[in-house]
Amino acid sequence: MNLAAYGHCLRGVVGRELLRFLHQRSRFVAALVRPLVWLFVFAAGFRMALGVAMTEPYQTYVLYEVYIVPGLVGMIQLFNGMQSSLSMVYDREMGSMRVLLVSPFPRGYLLMCKLLAGTLVSILQVYVFLAIAYLYGIQAPLMGYVLVLPALIVTGFLVGALGMLLSSAVRQLENFAGIMNFVIFPMFFLSSALYPLWRLREGSELIYRIAVLNPFTHAVEMIRFALYEQLNVEATLIVLATTLILLWLAIIAYNPAKGMMTQRGGPGGE
Amino acid sequence: MSFLGTTTIKRTASSATLAVFLLLPTAVLAERVFVSNEKDNTVSVIDGKTLEVVETINVGRRPRAMAFSNDGSELFVAVGDDEAIDMIDLASLKVVRSLASGEDPEVIRVDPNQPYIYVSNEDDNIVSVLDYQQRRRVTQIPVGVEPEGLGVSPDGRWLIATSETSNMAHIIDLESMEAVHHRLVGARPRYVEFTEDGSKAWVSAEIAGKVAIIDMQDTFDVIHSIDFEVQGVPKEAVQAVGMQLTSDGRYAFVALGPSNRVAVVDQQSHEVLDYLLVGQRVWHLALNVGESRLFTTNGVSGDVTVINVEGDVNDFEAIRSIPVGRFPWGVIVEP
Repeated sequence: MNLAAYGHCLRGVVGRELLRFLHQRSRFVAALVRPLVWLFVFAAGFRMALGVAMTEPYQTYVLYEVYIVPGLVGMIQLFNGMQSSLSMVYDREMGSMRVLLVSPFPRGYLLMCKLLAGTLVSILQVYVFLAIAYLYGIQAPLMGYVLVLPALIVTGFLVGALGMLLSSAVRQLENFAGIMNFVIFPMFFLSSALYPLWRLREGSELIYRIAVLNPFTHAVEMIRFALYEQLNVEATLIVLATTLILLWLAIIAYNPAKGMMTQRGGPGGE
Repeated sequence: MSFLGTTTIKRTASSATLAVFLLLPTAVLAERVFVSNEKDNTVSVIDGKTLEVVETINVGRRPRAMAFSNDGSELFVAVGDDEAIDMIDLASLKVVRSLASGEDPEVIRVDPNQPYIYVSNEDDNIVSVLDYQQRRRVTQIPVGVEPEGLGVSPDGRWLIATSETSNMAHIIDLESMEAVHHRLVGARPRYVEFTEDGSKAWVSAEIAGKVAIIDMQDTFDVIHSIDFEVQGVPKEAVQAVGMQLTSDGRYAFVALGPSNRVAVVDQQSHEVLDYLLVGQRVWHLALNVGESRLFTTNGVSGDVTVINVEGDVNDFEAIRSIPVGRFPWGVIVEP
């Protein structure tokens, strides 16, 4: 197979995902409403009117609305990553997954295409959200909106790979909702998305330690720094390493010879 | 300026002129900002260009208000617990002499025409007039109970002293050295600032959380009062303290104490245009010479917030907070 064939495959998978997203207007609206409710209602009601103390990458004191935006960007990507994985369970049930996986392309490549498609969809949502936040008055440096793109891609792969790994272990669509609740909410709340780490530490040392171990914390910090034109090397390395490990595990999990699909009676195991 | 050395600009008279113009903005930006740290007994020096603390000067106990001598060679610092004014040589950045000031000096101002320092002596209910050249006490002017804020009109004709227990602004004629008008303002008046043309004086009241504007041309009455309200912040935390007025008559900035905000006010309409978030318990303010930046002392968080105030009010934003000593009180930018 030549490169053109690979390109064709990529276009097919990504195009399908984008089309599906655009045609599901309610999904698009829901994806936007969720972070906007957090921004306009939660952050407004909990605005810490006296400001959030200076914490990197901010050079001065910021309002809570400003602090929470990178966390909500992470939230969009987290939900979207899980939703893409949910769609994989659906695809598996409906049989369209089989069509994809029986193609002559390496399985790892197909899964990467799927992840890229999900990531692009989440990035689209993120930029619409950032544009609304900008109009609302939460404005990062303009260059930050460009520099945040690589961070969004990496985060998209991180949460997508995690979702994929989870989806390989789920047999039916119904079971997935429970896993989402056990994964999305702890990941989101036990991170620096809503409060700075020093603030979490004031509340509970245990929660602080969990948040430090949570890769989503580092994804949010990577996004936060990038949005303010800085590189958080530590967070970036942690996110990259975690993404690679999750990707590797997801590819193994979808491997018909070794993966969990074999035991679960998924398409690979049949 | 390495780019000057690598270019092939011909060494003509015009290029020399160009070089001078290229260097000018650097020289203008390299101003020094002085911050008195009340609990550390020091004055921090911030480089106005790099926005970093470059020097810390040891001074007497409890430094608060500061003022420059008229020739710009010295910085005067009121050191309350030493009952003196420390004088810092701006070339060596060392305290070179000290002048007895009377009890508990808090606010000081320098007369624009004479070598006089006006000192509010809170415990004695007087304003002391000191000659900093001859190092002697010229006179003392009785005012209300616990004098605090002081302001001198740009022409040197008037001095306003506020007394925080009497809640009054005492308007002193500097020719006769007597208080000739007394006006009630808000509770605990703290600070006085004149407009550039001297036609009005703005007096902030800490507990009232208001600013009173006094007509200085005709009636000497309070002609307007400005209220502040910060969404989500209790009213008692909105306390008006330090102020700065731009020389073009457009904007006034008012430090609002524990509400951690600086209010931007239209000098003409007196409308509050915006509230800018700064550090904790913002106390005093200073504009730089070009009036492009505003520096705030944040007492509780121990830092100085730098606000960009160039352009329109929509462009105003806090750009950096710089840690200094404990309880920064006053701030002043080298002229």
